[in-house]
Amino acid sequence: MTDRTHTLSPEDARNAAREVRKRRFQAFVFVVPLLVFILFAFVAPIATMLYRSVHNPTVANLVPETLAALEDWSGEGLPDDAVLLQFAADMKRMANERTSGQLADEINRALPGMSSVIKSSARALRRVDDTDLAANGVALLLDANDRWSDPATWRAIRDAGPIYTSSYYLTSIDLERGADGSIGARDVQIYKQLYTKTLKMALTITVLTLLLGYPLAFFMSQASDSLSNFLMVFVLLPFWTSLLVRTTAWIALLQAGGVVNSSLIWLGITDEPIELLYNEFSTILAMTHILLPFMVLPLYAVMRGIDPSFMRAAISMGSTPLGAWYKIYLPMSLPGLSAGALLVFIISVGYYITPALVGGTDGQMISNIIAFHMQVSNNWELAAALGSLLLILILVLYWLFDRFVGTDNLKLG
Amino acid sequence: MKHFPAYYTIWHKSGHYGLRVFAFLVLLFLMLPILVIMPLSFNAEPFFTFTEGMLSLDPDAYSLKWYQEIIDDQKWRVAIRNSFVVGICAALIATVLGTLAAVGLASPWMPYKRVITALLLSPMIVPLIIIAAGMFFFYTQFNLVGTFTGLIIAHAALGVPFVIITVTATLSGFDRSLFVAGLSLGASPLKVFWDVVIPLIRPGVISGGLFAFVTSFDEVVLVLFLAGPEQRTIPRQMFSGLREQINPTILAVATLLVVLSALLLFVLEALRRRSVRLGGTG
Repeated sequence: MTDRTHTLSPEDARNAAREVRKRRFQAFVFVVPLLVFILFAFVAPIATMLYRSVHNPTVANLVPETLAALEDWSGEGLPDDAVLLQFAADMKRMANERTSGQLADEINRALPGMSSVIKSSARALRRVDDTDLAANGVALLLDANDRWSDPATWRAIRDAGPIYTSSYYLTSIDLERGADGSIGARDVQIYKQLYTKTLKMALTITVLTLLLGYPLAFFMSQASDSLSNFLMVFVLLPFWTSLLVRTTAWIALLQAGGVVNSSLIWLGITDEPIELLYNEFSTILAMTHILLPFMVLPLYAVMRGIDPSFMRAAISMGSTPLGAWYKIYLPMSLPGLSAGALLVFIISVGYYITPALVGGTDGQMISNIIAFHMQVSNNWELAAALGSLLLILILVLYWLFDRFVGTDNLKLG
Repeated sequence: MKHFPAYYTIWHKSGHYGLRVFAFLVLLFLMLPILVIMPLSFNAEPFFTFTEGMLSLDPDAYSLKWYQEIIDDQKWRVAIRNSFVVGICAALIATVLGTLAAVGLASPWMPYKRVITALLLSPMIVPLIIIAAGMFFFYTQFNLVGTFTGLIIAHAALGVPFVIITVTATLSGFDRSLFVAGLSLGASPLKVFWDVVIPLIRPGVISGGLFAFVTSFDEVVLVLFLAGPEQRTIPRQMFSGLREQINPTILAVATLLVVLSALLLFVLEALRRRSVRLGGTG
């Protein structure tokens, strides 16, 4: 190898390097348009969401002078009159700009009940003229509502001030920062329970699809080519059918006046319709149905490649079918099993539509609460924090998937 | 009767039949909900169950009125048009950009291949609710929320991974020396791409495009967050129908969609076979 006659002259090496660079560039040029598109259409939105979860300039933009004045306040007792006066002036300005509602929403999240206090005080200060406000602003503010005499109110305003905050992440794992800055559990515990419940439902769905899908995939892999191709249609047709169609079908079946209840009444099993819809049961049932093909397809792909003579050999030598399956077949089908299980689990953890439509109140999952904070309570920063946690969870799961299964096992149809 | 090997005991045999029955029941579970809604969509009454008349096959108990309703209702007509417009535009963008990228990624010279592939496939992995929230935050800054442009861009991004996967699969059977041969004969890379590569990977490109179309056609979460009243699509219309006033018009729409997916399945299978014949992995 060190023989000099085999090394390239500097000129050749330069040419070769230039050729490599040219080819790398040529390949890269093909990817550039899509890369730019995805960076704009997909990556930037996700980054914005991650940023939103720690970034909330609303309060800082609304009352910057008050926040600056509050910086010197110890946190005990009422702030100086100068602070109160500044805030009274801010309130008047916000009332005229019609932005006091935004402040009301923000402060209300930390201190329930503040929404109406801020709105009514803003209304009271709106008509006061500037000279009067400069002279009696403090008294006017304190008269407008008792809660302005409460230091907790001012702490809430001060704490809502920072543009960058970890408070939404704390909320999303049921923690909060106390008056002295220490971190403790919130009074209302919602989100940890919700994450646990989402994971539990996803696990239940994964186990159910496995119990139903494994024997089916096994049977299909043993069948003749023509039979298995024929049976495959019955797996692929539901797979290709719109998600909303399948959810609609379950609503039609499980309704109080639906097919299942009518049949049960007709058979005399029950006199009155059973509540089958809008609960955790219907969510799990519909999602198991919807995600079953995601389990069957990778399982079938792997099982198709397992030589059936291994099982025959084991049984002919006296093994029980179950023993042969456990010792021979299960380890060989494990790649398909783990691919299917992780796929179903990952998809169901982030599921939104089916729980939203058939979940009622107890079938809601984490995605539904994110949508709730986006659309109903308008707490976008909390939605972003909950979404970021979900994203991290999914990425960890996917990393495991890639590590142990390999994404090459993913195939379409 | 099937012939079993001599060493099979009664347990082996009953296990064999048990498996067959179980597999049949699971397939029934998969198909039954879809099959049940079809006859229900012809119900003359506004119920979601079989009336006595339907069970006794009385022709008067069946009617096409829910299908008539789809044609008469302007909301459904607009939704159908929107679904096709958005789906076709999004699929075109995803297919053109995705095919180009897949060709680049298949090159052995491609730099940072793993990272870029992971990035381009990521829209498939991230839950839709997260994508929807992020896009809502980001697209607002460009006034894209509540516009067709915004919705089409969003759906195109969702369709990209499917195009990359199918085209890459077809390219795995593509002989790269054909590309080099074209270049050596004096054609420009773009001309070789158009005249040599595209005809050979066409089945993969078309099925990728169909996947992208179906993804958009079936998508409702992004529509819920990004679309205004003018951009209502079929799934969006079904979603509000299921939440507000449930009536069998939804079953009629659902039946039409099942027929459409059966057609698509047929086309995709034909394309896959053609692709395998041309040497790809399908």
